[in-house]
Amino acid sequence: MRRATWAGVLFLALVGSFVLSIWLGSVELSPSEVIAALSGRGDPTNRLIVVQIRAPRAVLAILVGGGLALAGAVFQALLRNPLAEPYILGISGGAATGAVLALALGLVASHSWALPAASFAGAILAVVLVLRVALAADDRVDVRVLLLAGVVVGAFFAACIAFILSISDARTVRSAVLWMMGSLAGADWTTVATVALYTIPAAVLLTGLARPLNLMAIGEDTAGYLGTNVESVKRTAYVVASLLTAAGVAATGVIGFVGLIVPHGVRLVVGSDYRSLLPLSFLAGAVFLTLADVVARTVLSPTEIPIGVITAFVGVPLFLVLLRRSMGGGQR
Amino acid sequence: MTSDQAPALEATELTVQYPSTDKAALNRVSMIVPSGAFYAVLGPNGSGKSTLLRALLGMVPSVGGETRVSGRAVSDWKRRDLAREVGVVAQAESLAFPLTVRDLVGMGRYPYLKPLQSETSTDRAAVKRAMERCDVWELGHRFVSTLSGGELQRARVARALAQEPRVLVLDEPTASLDIRHEMEILELLRSSADGGMTIFLITHHLDHAARFADRVLLLDRGSVAAEGAPREVLRESTLQEVYQWPVSVDDDPDTGILRVTPQSGSYRSLGSASSNRVR
Repeated sequence: MRRATWAGVLFLALVGSFVLSIWLGSVELSPSEVIAALSGRGDPTNRLIVVQIRAPRAVLAILVGGGLALAGAVFQALLRNPLAEPYILGISGGAATGAVLALALGLVASHSWALPAASFAGAILAVVLVLRVALAADDRVDVRVLLLAGVVVGAFFAACIAFILSISDARTVRSAVLWMMGSLAGADWTTVATVALYTIPAAVLLTGLARPLNLMAIGEDTAGYLGTNVESVKRTAYVVASLLTAAGVAATGVIGFVGLIVPHGVRLVVGSDYRSLLPLSFLAGAVFLTLADVVARTVLSPTEIPIGVITAFVGVPLFLVLLRRSMGGGQR
Repeated sequence: MTSDQAPALEATELTVQYPSTDKAALNRVSMIVPSGAFYAVLGPNGSGKSTLLRALLGMVPSVGGETRVSGRAVSDWKRRDLAREVGVVAQAESLAFPLTVRDLVGMGRYPYLKPLQSETSTDRAAVKRAMERCDVWELGHRFVSTLSGGELQRARVARALAQEPRVLVLDEPTASLDIRHEMEILELLRSSADGGMTIFLITHHLDHAARFADRVLLLDRGSVAAEGAPREVLRESTLQEVYQWPVSVDDDPDTGILRVTPQSGSYRSLGSASSNRVR
């Protein structure tokens, strides 16, 4: 019952934030102008703003926010660690290395697809490296080794980024830094379609793993005794959640805290049953990122604040409150 | 005990060696747990009891020999089907995230459910029955982290019972229980065995094995030291040899139950250890 109620509340919130997102922006439009633009009438410039700029941006926020929150919840179960988030295993480092490389080589100016392609390739490289390091130690995936491998691979990519930036000019450095803080400004319908192609199947597949993930949180042996093929669940969850994250990062840069905060917020409200936690985290992440993007675009309009800054400004205090609650009152 | 059925659990010349160790954790262990028997596994710390459990259920690869569950090689079982056949209360588990007792016990029904299917009335009835048998029905809404050690243990036994398995495997389930709850669990296991369920109990309590088990396996450094009825296995000389500690074995004059009593530490073969005794 509670699960259905919360799903309803979050769905309404999602519709509301979507409406806000296509209504508010640097160009002020009245509600009737927005409706006219959506139905294909009215001023052509308004139509362009609403249909080709704001709408894909809002949808991208939904897909990426939902995807990051869902992936974060999955990583938390997989690594049995409440502090896990989608970037914990070096995906952001790999993606950023790809992006910085594309910027430094000047590929971005000539080919618009170079930045997402390079960052996606970097993210996948990180995923493959981490998995190979973890499997080199043992033919079964040990999540502690996976975690260590992620930290080590992440450190390697951080050094790559630092090196490339140290020999780049100031403009490249600025672009790179802005990319690493995340932005939805590049959204168009092609990007949306590409991200959706990863996000929707991944979300369905991961939600189907909810029960095994519940068991993983108790322990791998117990999960096995309760009918789970632990090895295959670990690998599937890791690869699918990583692809989901990589698709988001490639489209928007590194947007932090959504994947950490949102699953925790949802956990506090509905508990840790992944059958509720996963779909509700997706909805809540979508709402969170859509609203964060509205704030990013409107507060200093027409200047845009990087969305990673907004999610962190909201995320850090929220995180500290949650941390105090879980430390103070014992485990809820 | 029915003899027409395949043994519930069976190991033949089972050898297990963990990677990066030079000594086998289990060395050519053979044993048969008849269907419907209460089977107890004894042995000092590190003798391979828990490894035997994990190997029997395919959680740790063997380097030699084979293991069977209900007549079928463990590798031929799908984990989901195995979970309907065998319920396990492992030695320890830790929760990464908060969970209620009802949810914990409800996990025992997972082997019966499709990925997105909700519990049916059959599942709910099985959960309730298991929780009542283990005296945790009233704790259903409590978070597992707020339970006492004994309550948690009973909830975990309830989860295994909710699986409605033919074989129940337990690794020191009464380790943190007071005598009332300890005896309740043991009597529950005994009555389950009388009802046809196979019980495989790993324990440190020689007395529990003597009192409740039909058959006893005594492990010593990865090998079988003795196997058979409690009175055949629990002999003074055997136990002293395996545990390296003097014990006396007799019948309780009031109840007639076999009784194992550790003596003061003056066992001859301890050698220099005896000089460390506080006099």
